[in-house]
Amino acid sequence: MFTDFDFDVIERALPYLWQGMMFSLGLTLLAMVGGIVLGTLLALMRLSSYKVLRVPAGTYVNLLRSTPLILVIFWFYFLVPIAVKHITGDSYAQGIGPFHSALIAFTLFEAAYYCEIIRAGIQSVPAGQVQAAQALGLNYWQATLQVVLPQAFRNMVPILLTQGIILFQDTSLVYVVGLTDFMGAASKVAQRDGRLVEMYLFAALIYFILCYLASFFVKRLQSRITPPR
Amino acid sequence: MLRITHLFAAIAAAGLLTAPVHAAELTGTLKKIKDTGVVKVGHRDASVPFSYLDDKQKPIGYGVDICMKVVDRIKAELKMPKLKVEFVPVTSQTRIPILMGGNIDMECGSTTNSVERQKQVAFAPTYFMTGTKIIVKKSSGIKGYDDLKGKTVVFTQGTTNERAMKAYNDEKKLGINFIPSKDHAESFLAVETGRAVAFPMDDILLYGLKAGAKNPNDYEVIGEFLSDDPYAIMLRKDDPAFKKLVDSTVAGLYKSGEINKIYTKWFQSKIPPKGINLNFPMSDSLKESIKNPNDTGVGACGKMKC
Amino acid sequence: MDFGFLSQPAFSGGGTYFDWVLSGIKWTMLVSICAWVIAFTLGSVLGVLRTTKLWWLKGPATAYVELFRNVPLLVQMFIWYFVVPEIVPKTLGMWLKQGMPMPEFWSAVFALGFYTASRVAEQVRSGIQSIPVGQTHAALATGLTMPQVYRHLLLPMGYRIVIPPLTSEFLTIFKNSSVALTIGVLELTAQARTISEYTFRTFEIFTLATVVYVLITMAVTVLMQLVERRLRVPGFIGTGK
Repeated sequence: MFTDFDFDVIERALPYLWQGMMFSLGLTLLAMVGGIVLGTLLALMRLSSYKVLRVPAGTYVNLLRSTPLILVIFWFYFLVPIAVKHITGDSYAQGIGPFHSALIAFTLFEAAYYCEIIRAGIQSVPAGQVQAAQALGLNYWQATLQVVLPQAFRNMVPILLTQGIILFQDTSLVYVVGLTDFMGAASKVAQRDGRLVEMYLFAALIYFILCYLASFFVKRLQSRITPPR
Repeated sequence: MLRITHLFAAIAAAGLLTAPVHAAELTGTLKKIKDTGVVKVGHRDASVPFSYLDDKQKPIGYGVDICMKVVDRIKAELKMPKLKVEFVPVTSQTRIPILMGGNIDMECGSTTNSVERQKQVAFAPTYFMTGTKIIVKKSSGIKGYDDLKGKTVVFTQGTTNERAMKAYNDEKKLGINFIPSKDHAESFLAVETGRAVAFPMDDILLYGLKAGAKNPNDYEVIGEFLSDDPYAIMLRKDDPAFKKLVDSTVAGLYKSGEINKIYTKWFQSKIPPKGINLNFPMSDSLKESIKNPNDTGVGACGKMKC
Repeated sequence: MDFGFLSQPAFSGGGTYFDWVLSGIKWTMLVSICAWVIAFTLGSVLGVLRTTKLWWLKGPATAYVELFRNVPLLVQMFIWYFVVPEIVPKTLGMWLKQGMPMPEFWSAVFALGFYTASRVAEQVRSGIQSIPVGQTHAALATGLTMPQVYRHLLLPMGYRIVIPPLTSEFLTIFKNSSVALTIGVLELTAQARTISEYTFRTFEIFTLATVVYVLITMAVTVLMQLVERRLRVPGFIGTGK
């Protein structure tokens, strides 16, 4: 079946594919960290008793969660620099570079998803914990940072990591703006050398191995940290 | 027909070629380059031999070489010998928004200077003259545009060729089934794998794709020109200082005859990655453009009305 | 913002730019709904198989879920569109590329459907497994066979539990349908890109597309909440509030 195929093309392209993979992994890790930080803030806002915090956070999260990622990538890649130029009144649009554009788009997009995970995590911490903290004289931030969040995150680690795996898969969509992540590198080589079959199967295999191992690891972690009931 | 303006000859004659740019009065792109220490150059992945990736995935080509001359000039003008060059890949569809958004400062590829695009961006003097034709498999039996009736045709999104072909299709009521694709290599593959019967594109790029194919003799480039496509470096609009610098650099290459060396290197010698020689001598219309550098654009729909 | 350009005649094909938006919405809906039929049917079967105790049913279902869940949708779409026609027998390959109508549409539907089936399977499985084992035991004790337990207890209760997660899976399919633009389906996001290219009204058209996605999402969410309320079994899950 594969007599007509040339798998050497992969070997020749390895350094380029490696660069692409570094782009994908870098984007994933940074967007995950940024998304979790921003997502935590959003979650606290959504759980706040102040309407001025709750409503904007809720609107933001629902808006981003109803919009396709590709559309969000387009928004940030094409429009935000122009909007910034209008706001700051600079004589030139200050492009922030393809990697950073993508990073901002993914961070803001993922924050909406992380927010909902973290919100559920925070709500899973028994109310008694907060009341006990308050009884000890801790203020809101002390109670949140020292009592609620540590417990919430402990429970959430597997879900946050699983969302990270989904994020890693989603980074392949930067293909639509012509960036060279792992998939972008694979498709550029595939098209230049006319080797679609070999390159796309190889890309699928690599993604599968990485994501399968990662989710296997998450599953083991989950069974270790789940407290016995 | 193209009207020729003598703007650049006049600029060169006025001695502006050597006029230094003073740091204090920097605006627009030059200021941005000075402030950030980086010049961002947009390139294509598969516009052979203008702007494409070699086997080390480095951007090379005729357009890239000319842009590097511009970069040298920027280094000299801004007294920044260590100016960093960042290459950013663009596609036919992304090049204009990315340029306007500031993620690239100039685009060095195979972009047609059209009056339509001039509403959004500016162009340096024309550096190549081509036009729309189609590539087909010899075995397909397609001999002209009218044979495309009811057939599937692939186009690269965001090209002038897409518009020219669609305008022709509307005018002649051919009922062509169009499928979009992201870049020229992908479009050509659609013809190679039989998904589409034809691919309308600038003829020079079609010769480049044909030469790079697994079996070049299976394909032919056919048809009358559906459009005229003058290529040029694309710049942001309303940035006269930067445009002047790029224009005068290009005009300088034309005046000194250095352009001939660059032309021969890419069109009449073996080029990477496969060592193909396109054997494409300079056309009369390009010679004319080199004698009288100009940035006149062409209409958007090729030779059809729209 | 000025939306006047929408009523202008479009560059090609008759119609106005607004017609292009409508056509984009139509293809987004068609891809989503066709893919959902596959995802729901196949996902349900796989999810049920994963809850059985028979390894030769459970094994293949698990393998499917792991395979399709761990490869990005974009890659799967490319495989259905670019790779499959090249590795099947030549005549079939040519038919896939030229003979069949709308190859890019069907590739998108199958890619999206098979991908989402793995996610639906997981939801269905966890829905069924969340029903207390005691209920199954009780049903078996009354003399029902295992297939009857599935028919009368596990499936009806399981599906009620998973209505909310399945709704969000449908909305995911709806959003993911935009990935179909990479293989040339002119759905809503693709049309927005094309219109922005022809009219330079990027900001307006992206805003419009975003609003359409948000409105459809809201409509589906409200509709499914109504469905969920109608199907509630008094005294069981979902009636707590």
